[in-house]
Amino acid sequence: MSVPLSPPEIPPRLALWHVTKRYPGVVANDDVSLAVMPGEIHAVLGENGAGKSTLMKIIYGAVQADEGHLVWNGQEVRIANPAAARHLGIGMVFQHFQLFDTLTVVENIALALEGRFDLKTLALQVRAVSEKYGLPLDPQRLVHSLSVGERQRVEIVRCLLQNPQLLILDEPTSVLTPQAVRKLFDTLRQLASEGVSILYISHKLDEIRELCDRATVMRGGKVTGETDPRQESAASLARMMIGRELPVCSAPPYHGERRPVLQVQGLNFRNEDPFCASLFDVNLSVNAGEVVGIAGISGNGQAELLAALSGEQVSRPDAVLIEGAPVGHLHAGQRRNRGLAFVPEERLGRGAVPAMTLAQNYLLTAHRQPSLRRHGLISRTRAREFAARCIERFDVRCNGVLAAARSLSGGNLQKFIVGREVMQEPKVMIVAQPTWGVDVGASAFLRQTLLDIARSGVAVLVISEELEELFEICDRIGVLAGGRLSEPVPREETDAEQIGLLMAGTQQQAA
Amino acid sequence: MIEQLIPILATTLAAATPLVFAGLGELVTEKSGVINLGVEGMMLVGAIAGFAAALHWGVAGGIVAGAVAGALAALPFCFLTLSLGTNQPATGLALTIFGIGLSAFIGQFYVSQSLPGLQPYAIPLLSSIPLLGPVFFEQSAVVYLSYLAFGLVAWMLARTRWGLILRAVGESPEAAHAIGYHVIGIRYAATCFGGAMAGIAGAYLSTVYTPLWVQNMTAGRGWIAVALVVFATWKPARLMLGAYLFGGMTILQLHAQGFGVDLPSQLLAAVPYVATILVLVLISRDRKVLLLNLPASLGKPYISGG
Amino acid sequence: MQILEPRGNPSQLMRWLAPPLAIMLTLLAAAAIFALLGKSPLQAFYVFFIEPLEYANGWSELLLKASPLILIAQGLALGFRARVYNIGAEGQFLLGAICASGVAIYTDGMTGWWILPAMVLAGAIGGGLWGALPAWLKTHYNAEETLTTLMLGYVASYLLSWLVGGPWRDPAGTNFPQSILFSEPAMFAPVFEGLRLNSSVFITALAVPLFWLFVSKSFMAYQLAVGGEAPAAARYAGFSARRTVWVSLIVSGVTAGIAGAAEAAGPVGQLTLSLSPGYGFAAIIVAWVGRLHPVGIVLSGLLLALIYIGGEAAQVSMQLPSAISWLFQGMLLFFLLGADAFVDFRLKRRPLKLWLKDRAKEQEA
Repeated sequence: MSVPLSPPEIPPRLALWHVTKRYPGVVANDDVSLAVMPGEIHAVLGENGAGKSTLMKIIYGAVQADEGHLVWNGQEVRIANPAAARHLGIGMVFQHFQLFDTLTVVENIALALEGRFDLKTLALQVRAVSEKYGLPLDPQRLVHSLSVGERQRVEIVRCLLQNPQLLILDEPTSVLTPQAVRKLFDTLRQLASEGVSILYISHKLDEIRELCDRATVMRGGKVTGETDPRQESAASLARMMIGRELPVCSAPPYHGERRPVLQVQGLNFRNEDPFCASLFDVNLSVNAGEVVGIAGISGNGQAELLAALSGEQVSRPDAVLIEGAPVGHLHAGQRRNRGLAFVPEERLGRGAVPAMTLAQNYLLTAHRQPSLRRHGLISRTRAREFAARCIERFDVRCNGVLAAARSLSGGNLQKFIVGREVMQEPKVMIVAQPTWGVDVGASAFLRQTLLDIARSGVAVLVISEELEELFEICDRIGVLAGGRLSEPVPREETDAEQIGLLMAGTQQQAA
Repeated sequence: MIEQLIPILATTLAAATPLVFAGLGELVTEKSGVINLGVEGMMLVGAIAGFAAALHWGVAGGIVAGAVAGALAALPFCFLTLSLGTNQPATGLALTIFGIGLSAFIGQFYVSQSLPGLQPYAIPLLSSIPLLGPVFFEQSAVVYLSYLAFGLVAWMLARTRWGLILRAVGESPEAAHAIGYHVIGIRYAATCFGGAMAGIAGAYLSTVYTPLWVQNMTAGRGWIAVALVVFATWKPARLMLGAYLFGGMTILQLHAQGFGVDLPSQLLAAVPYVATILVLVLISRDRKVLLLNLPASLGKPYISGG
Repeated sequence: MQILEPRGNPSQLMRWLAPPLAIMLTLLAAAAIFALLGKSPLQAFYVFFIEPLEYANGWSELLLKASPLILIAQGLALGFRARVYNIGAEGQFLLGAICASGVAIYTDGMTGWWILPAMVLAGAIGGGLWGALPAWLKTHYNAEETLTTLMLGYVASYLLSWLVGGPWRDPAGTNFPQSILFSEPAMFAPVFEGLRLNSSVFITALAVPLFWLFVSKSFMAYQLAVGGEAPAAARYAGFSARRTVWVSLIVSGVTAGIAGAAEAAGPVGQLTLSLSPGYGFAAIIVAWVGRLHPVGIVLSGLLLALIYIGGEAAQVSMQLPSAISWLFQGMLLFFLLGADAFVDFRLKRRPLKLWLKDRAKEQEA
């Protein structure tokens, strides 16, 4: 391990020595060392589950390492909690924003700061900092009324007001349009030029090659390499990250009949919940044999559209059609009877009951098969058999059919849920965020599964924040922003830039 | 007519005071994201502790003892729900059952004793305001304490960093933890504050309002206080209003015959409970109002991953 | 300070170990209380748990008290699985008793085999309606069932007090608030000559296997369990949340109502103010201690009944306040909930040394 620490030079801002952290059943970080110099933009690259998040939590004091040392500006430190980390000058921008929806921007920021409690003065400071770094913000707005991009600005400004020497950003671009990503990079470069060190956590190879000075690559909790990403190709970084070539999906042509199976006509939904979005005149048609993708950042009506499609929220009958028959007024169970299958973005708690076994979870949507339920009674034996078949066919790694759903990793649980739905032999399959938090291997498997069932004649609709994923598997792509859906266009006729503009355009309208 | 109303309104205030204390306490507890259904039990523990202490040290001693006992009674609830992450409604219920048992058990030794109570004290100047004066400012000192408690809670929630932290922890304990707050400690404090206030409410009942000990003397006021917090949509001012409305209802049933209402007294006694249900229905039917005000993490166990 | 971390898989061992552990801890605490009161814990335990069972009469009393507790708890457990917290079984119990008594009072002097079944049916309907009311308030107005069921309990007790103090007061009796004594056709027959245990115990005996079948085999019970464990998953699967609320509250209302009818037409034999010794609340504890499992509930029902009888015995022979059984019930539930936490969580394995070091550092700072 080459950690650049030679005495005459300035010490690194932060150095980690042989850090190890174990959780029940896994070693999240195994003998990890890395060093970040002042003013350096340092990437930590790794796929989901590689141990990046745990490492950042250790640096930020949210989690304690079992072994190893942390050296801050040449001094060994123990970071007992996030407050201690902030005292040292470490700021963190979380992937899942740690903000309070019902409080204003300035109240949110005040919570993270010490000193006199004076919201008026602080609001002025917020304005000053946000203007200096090109992060426009209105301090008096309630956070729940902000777009996702604006929320990220709140997080960044909150860190900047503490004059950090080290800023950690955890997957900061997953919620940004390609255009907004460029603006964020400008801000980060400005900060680095002022001497702030930046730890940039990501699994996106191109971004790291564009932005970062150095990269530490992690795999399975271990450091597998340290390099200058500007000297590497995407392929060589990927090899370090996953230990082999990036898997690619194959999308064979479809030769069957192209009739519309799922149609949405003039769907409107006014949301009662003040913290959620509404839908405006959504129109969509998905044909048998194709994969249609809906891009866009969560919070722009994705949850509402999914609820309206799955039947968790009913609407007027002809707003949603399955094979030409109106189903908008039908509930989720009734729509399933008509051949609709749905994989939600929340796997634990929605797609599966965390404390129940896989066999019991198989019943959740499969109970309508006559062999599983008769005269109001269920057959546990049959449920176990079916669950076992699902585990086998979809390569779910687990401790058998009696394992609790929550004991599975994200990728394996997703394979189980997707498998369960596929085994219902649906006509329409709707999948939200199919590979969120899933490792590269399982992601490829899931994407290929979706392509395969589409080519077997199923209409597949994928809603995802990951543009690359949509471009990999979709035949047509539309954008949902501000509750409005753009006309899906064939993948060949568009690109990430154009989709990004659509994502942003409506957003600015709404803001 | 107005002359007749003044004593009724004044007794209304006295009857509402336990609801004010217990309700404000539960409001603070719930603001931190914890729902404690043990208010009834903590009130009873406070009532017996207050009564026992008041025999030796007078009403002031009784109120202090009630507060301490109420806060102590909240501790097992805190340990279970906050440190061990148990189901909050069930644990609150256990606290109520435990409180009923403990107070009755200790109360056995105090059944036939009585206290002198507390004379009202008219505040100079304020009590001479027409109408309002005799209603609000010719009360016992503990009622004045309830005004003070209201002022403090309202000010703290709206104006101070503590209030902001409390609201933050109640909305998202994960975010509060991530930015460095000790979520569990804050919730312990808020829940024990709720216990102390419930204890004061109980002690007021047993030392001032009806200065003697009767088993189960709170008669469901703890539960009404929990309902009032929902009715108040977690706002202190509305809580006061609700408490006084309910105080009025308990008093009105005493005067019902005088107003020509000819209903059996047992059925009139059920009115506050029916009213609680109606009030809950009225406020809960509009989901939007609740969603806007409800502490988002209310009742959800929080166990940090680290 | 959090002392727990999640387990990967729930511990099956702890799931079954928790109730005995809670019982042991309760006994320890009880021993401490007895010692504090200057009583010998051993003697107290003897009075509480052994003496009542030395004679046939004790067993009869045990079953007599366990029967309503078990019956009510079976209904409650169904709702608790779905996280529908009916804590007003006491009120539904009283309404059942009131309705059954109404039948008995208005058929007084008549004979016929149908009177007793009619009473049980009336009790079931009364309790069921008292449970349906909060279900309606919850499904249509979103009103919390914990509070509404409890408030209806108070309403039921005032209704009872009005009836026995007014329209239904025994005209021949003294001014006591109680109804006439029921005649023989309106009473459950004793099972054994000379003992109070009556044939209503067979209702409970029949209910237990039915509930077991329902919970372990039925699709409805599966839906209830999913609704309780993960409401979003129930919505996702298309299970109706409203139906869950209706079923939970009506079933628990009906069982409590039948128990109330059996109490009035059994050991009490009339409608009185002090009809229920708090069965509705104790049944909540029975349900939790019995793991919400039909067979577990039988065991825990017997245990709680023993605590009741022991409490009465201790009052007589040791001059201990009878409220002590409430105290034990509260403690039992506390300890059970605490032990339960270890099904899904375990103590943090982080070395104590590290923790102490942290503390020391924090204090320096």
